[in-house]
Amino acid sequence: MAETVRMPQLGESVTEGTIGQWLKKVGDTVEKYESLLEVLTDKVNAEVPSPVAGTVSKILVEEGTTVAIGTPICEIAVEGEETPTATAEAAPVSAVAASDSGTAAAEPGTQPAALDNAHRGRYSPAVRRLAQETGINPAAVQGTGAGGRVTRNDILSAAEHSQKQTEMVTVTSEVSPPPTAPQATSVPPVAISGAAAVVEDADTLVPVTNVRKVIAERMVRSKQTVPHAWLMVEADVTGLVALRERLKDEFKTREGVSLTYMPFMLRAVVEALRAVPVINAQWNGDSIVMKKRINIGMAAATDRGLIVPVIKDADQKNIVGLAKASQDLVQRARTGRLTMDDLTGGTFTVDNTGAVGTVLTYPIINAPEVAIVTMESIVKRPVVVGDMIAIRSMVNICLSFDHRVVDGAEAGQFVGAVKKHLESLTPQTSIY
Amino acid sequence: MTPEFQKDIYYHMALARAVDDRMWILNRQGRAPVVYSSNGHEAAQVGSAFALNRGEDWIVPYYRDLALVLAYGMTPREVMLHLLGKAEDPNSGGRQMPAHWGLHRRHIMTTGSVVATQDIHAAGLALASKVLKDGRVSVAYFGEGSTSQGEFHEALNFASVHKLPVIFFCENNGYAISVPARKQMAVMDVAARAAGYGMPGVIVDGNDPLKVYEVTKLARERALAGDGPTLIEAKTYRFVPHSSDDDDRVYRSREEVAEWKKRDPLVTFEKYLLDNQILSSEELAAMQQKIKDAVNDATDYAEKAALPDPSTLGLYVYHQ
Amino acid sequence: MAVMTYLEAIRETLRQELRRDDRMIIYGEDVGVRGGVFRVTEGLQAEFGEDRVIDSPLAEAAIVGTAIGAAINGLRPVPEIEFADFIFPAINQIVQEAARIRYRSNGDFGVPLVIRAPFGGGVHGALYHSQSVEALFAHVPGLKVVIPGTPYDAKGLLASAIQDEDPVLYFEHKAAYRSLKGEVPDERYLIPIGKADVKRQGKDLSIITYGLMVSYAQRAAETLEKEGISVEIVDLRSVRPLDVEAILETAKKTGKVLIVHEDNLTGGIGGEVSALIAEHALFYLDAPIMRLAGPDVPAMPYSPPLEHAFMVTPDKIAEAARKLAKF
Repeated sequence: MAETVRMPQLGESVTEGTIGQWLKKVGDTVEKYESLLEVLTDKVNAEVPSPVAGTVSKILVEEGTTVAIGTPICEIAVEGEETPTATAEAAPVSAVAASDSGTAAAEPGTQPAALDNAHRGRYSPAVRRLAQETGINPAAVQGTGAGGRVTRNDILSAAEHSQKQTEMVTVTSEVSPPPTAPQATSVPPVAISGAAAVVEDADTLVPVTNVRKVIAERMVRSKQTVPHAWLMVEADVTGLVALRERLKDEFKTREGVSLTYMPFMLRAVVEALRAVPVINAQWNGDSIVMKKRINIGMAAATDRGLIVPVIKDADQKNIVGLAKASQDLVQRARTGRLTMDDLTGGTFTVDNTGAVGTVLTYPIINAPEVAIVTMESIVKRPVVVGDMIAIRSMVNICLSFDHRVVDGAEAGQFVGAVKKHLESLTPQTSIY
Repeated sequence: MTPEFQKDIYYHMALARAVDDRMWILNRQGRAPVVYSSNGHEAAQVGSAFALNRGEDWIVPYYRDLALVLAYGMTPREVMLHLLGKAEDPNSGGRQMPAHWGLHRRHIMTTGSVVATQDIHAAGLALASKVLKDGRVSVAYFGEGSTSQGEFHEALNFASVHKLPVIFFCENNGYAISVPARKQMAVMDVAARAAGYGMPGVIVDGNDPLKVYEVTKLARERALAGDGPTLIEAKTYRFVPHSSDDDDRVYRSREEVAEWKKRDPLVTFEKYLLDNQILSSEELAAMQQKIKDAVNDATDYAEKAALPDPSTLGLYVYHQ
Repeated sequence: MAVMTYLEAIRETLRQELRRDDRMIIYGEDVGVRGGVFRVTEGLQAEFGEDRVIDSPLAEAAIVGTAIGAAINGLRPVPEIEFADFIFPAINQIVQEAARIRYRSNGDFGVPLVIRAPFGGGVHGALYHSQSVEALFAHVPGLKVVIPGTPYDAKGLLASAIQDEDPVLYFEHKAAYRSLKGEVPDERYLIPIGKADVKRQGKDLSIITYGLMVSYAQRAAETLEKEGISVEIVDLRSVRPLDVEAILETAKKTGKVLIVHEDNLTGGIGGEVSALIAEHALFYLDAPIMRLAGPDVPAMPYSPPLEHAFMVTPDKIAEAARKLAKF
C-alpha cells in the first residue's frame, strides 16, 4: 500500500511550501522519521521526516515547485511492497554480465519505457551548473532524456527560449505589454516587473537562490501592500553605555556571552509594547489581531541572506535571558541550525542596524507585523543639557509602521516609551 | 708492463680497500645506511679495468664493483657522495641505493638492481660499436649467481651470434649472498658455459691482478678483431658479508674465510711489488698517506655536501 | 601525396628515417630477409644492409636490452617485437631499465628507443596473437605509448617517436595494416606525441578512443548521424602522455563521453580518461561516463563466435553511443 505524503504545515502563518530538495529519490528506502525532503518556507530549508518506513515510489512535486499545504508531494510504498523502479535499478550492471554480446560495457542504467518518469528530478552536474548559470529552473523544464530526465540540452534550449523572450520584452516594452512566458513557472511569481535588466558582454549573471527569491517576494509584498509611515527619535544612552562598560567583563565571565546593547534595546521594546499594545498586532483585513504573546524577531544577516529568528515570550526574560537568547539565535542563524520554530511566530521586529554603522534607516515592515524598529549607532555628540553643552552618547531609534493599524500618535508613544526606558538606565541599574 | 703501471694497479686496489673500510665505518656509525663491498675482489676488478681503454670502452658494472669504478675514473668523492645520497652524487643524484654505479663521463653504464640485465646492455653497447665502428669494447661484470638468469644466456647468445666486441667478466666468489655456487649451477666452472655459445671461456685467478690483466687484454684484442665475445671467469672471494645488512657466519665457516684471507690480493700483490723491488717501502708509505688523505677528503666533502631538494623529485622522468 | 595502407605508411616512414639518419637500425625476429611476418620491413634489408636491418635471435629481452645499450652508445634502434603478446619476456628491460634509466641516473643517461609491436585482435590470432597491452605500459612513468589510428598519423607519429629522446612504444593494430587506407604526404612530417586529434566534430556525445577503434567509431558515427545523433570523435593517438586538454575540452563540449578500447575494461586507459573527466569536468557532465571495452577475460579466444563476442565492433559502439545519447 502506498502512503501519500502531503506538504506539511510548517509554521502557523504558512499556507504553502516550496520543495527545496528531495533527500530521497524514487526507489530509495526511507526509515520512519528519516529525513525525506527539504521544504522551503520562511527563508530556511526545513527537513521533513518521513511519516512511514518504506520505499519512495513516486515523487509528485519537483524541486523548486511551491504548493499549498496538504498537497500530495510523494508516495511511499510501505515495507514488503514491490516497487517496480527499485527492481529496475537493482538490476546487475557488472561489466561482463550486463553485456549480451560479451563486450564489456559499463553503461549508465537505462529504464524500461514503463517507468518513464524515473529520472525526472535527477539532475546531472551539467544540468545543475547550467540551471544556476542561466537561472532556468530545471523542474520547470520538460525533460527529453531517458526516464523524463532533464538533459543539458533541455536547459540550453530553455535558456535560449528565455533569452529570446527577454530580448522581445526589451524591444517591445514601450509599445505593448510584455508577453507572458508560456513556461510552467513553479517558483512563486515574484512581482518584479518594470525595468528589465540590461545585460552587456562583460557583465556577470548571478543566479537567484531560493532564499533570495523568498526575500524578494516578501519585500515586494510588504512594500506594495503595507502603507509604510516612518519616524525617528533620539535617545541619550550615556547611562546605558556606562552601565554596559561597568558590567561587560564580569558579565562575560559569569554568563559566557558578551553583553551587547541589544538586550537593553529588546527590554526597552518589550516595555514599550506593553505600554502601546497596538504595535504588537497584525492586520487581518477586516479586523486587527491584538497579539497576546510578545515574540520579538531580530533581523540577522547570514551568508544565505537575511533571516529573522524570533525570541519567544521576550517579555518573560530579563537582560541576561535576552542576551543569551539573542546570541544563541544569531549564532545558529549563521551556522544554518535554526529550526522552523525559531523562524515563526514573530509579533514585532527589532533590527540592530547600528551594527553596520548607520545613524538613520528606513526599514521595511516584516508583514503581517505592523511595525519594525531599528537601533542605530551609538555616537558621542555635543548636546544641550540644562542650558549647557555636554558630550553625551546618543542613539537614534527609527520606526516604520503600518499606517492602516497604527497612527502617528501611537507610534510616537511607542518610541517615546523606548526612549524613556533607555534613558532611565544608569550605571547602577540592576540587570537581574 | 712497466713498474709505474703495476704501481698504479696497486694504488687503485689499495684505494678501493681504504674507501671500502671507511664506508663500513660510516655504516657502523649509523651515517651510511647500507654498504656493498669489493673487499677481496680488487685484483679481478682493477686488473681487468687496466686492460681496457679506460673512459672510452664501456664497462657495465654490478654492485660489487667499487674497485672497478675507482680504477675506471670515478673519484673517491663521487663514491662517498653516492653512499650518502647527496645531490651532487653523479651516479644518481641520490636516487639510487649505494653501489648502483653509472657515470656517463667515464663510460660507466648506469645500473639497476635486477641481476643479469646488464649483460644484455653490454651486448647492446657493443652492437652500436660494431655498427658505428667506434673501436670501443664493452665489458659486462656480474657475479656467478646471476648466470642462472635467462638474460645471461640471451646476452651471450646474441653477442656471439653477431660477433659483438664485448667481454663477459664473471667475478665468481662462490656465493650468491648465502647460496653456494654448487646450488647455482651443475657445472664446476661458469667458463664451461662459453662453449654452448661458441665463444672462448677463460678461467683466471681472480686474486692475481696481472693474470687478470693478461686475459682481459687478450679478450679485448679478440673483440676488436671482430672475433666476438669472450667469457672470463675470475675465481675470487669476498672477505666480508654480502652487504652491511648481511651476516655471513651462518653460511660460511670462519676457517674457510681465514684460508682465503691468506691469499688476500692486496697483501700478496704488495709483497710481490716489494719483493721484486718494483715498489719501495718509502713509496708505499707515501702512497698510503695519499690514500688516507683522499679518503678523509672524500668523507669530509660528501658529509658536508647538500642533500637533494625534494622539489627535484619530478625531474628527469623524460628528456628536458 | 599517395594513398597508402596503414602498413605502407609505417614501412615508408621506416625507409625515410633509415635514409635520413645513419644511426638508425631496425632489428627483431624475421625483420630482415623475411621483411617481417606482416611484411612491414619488406625490402629494407636489401636497401640498407644486414648491419642496419638485423635478424636477431628469438629472445625479446635481448632484443630490447641490446637496443637500450645500443641507444646509449649512439644508435637510434627501432626494434620490433613480432607480436605485442610476446613483449612480456622483455618487460624487465622495458619497465625496469628503459623507463627508469634517465630517472635513476639523474639525467646522465637517456634511452632514445622505439619499440614497434603489432597488437590487437579480430584476426583469428587467439590468446597469444591478439592482445592489447598498452595499459600495462601506460602505467609506467618514463615510457611513452603511441597508437596510430590512421595511415597519416602512423607516419607522423613514427617519425616523432624515432626522433624522441625517450623510450617510445609504438603499437600498430594488425587489423588496420591493410584495411585502413588514406592519403599520406611524401615528405617527412611530425605529429607531436601526447597530442590527441578530433577526428570528427559533433555535439551530442563524444567518443574518446584510439587505434583501430578510431575507424570503428567513425563507422558508428556515420550510422548515428542518420538517426540524428551527432558524435564527436577524439583520437587520443598517445595513451601516455594523455592529452588532458583535449579530453576535457570534448567532455565539456558535449557533456556525454563514451570511451572505447579493445583492451580489457578494468584498469584500461578508459579508467584514467574517466578519472580525468570526473576530476576536472564534473560540472559539465550530463550523463555518467561510459566505457565500452574488451571484457575482463584473460585474452581473446580463437573460435569465431567467441572472438566476435570479445571484439568491440562498429555495431557495439553505435549501440552504446545510442544509449548514451538517449540518456
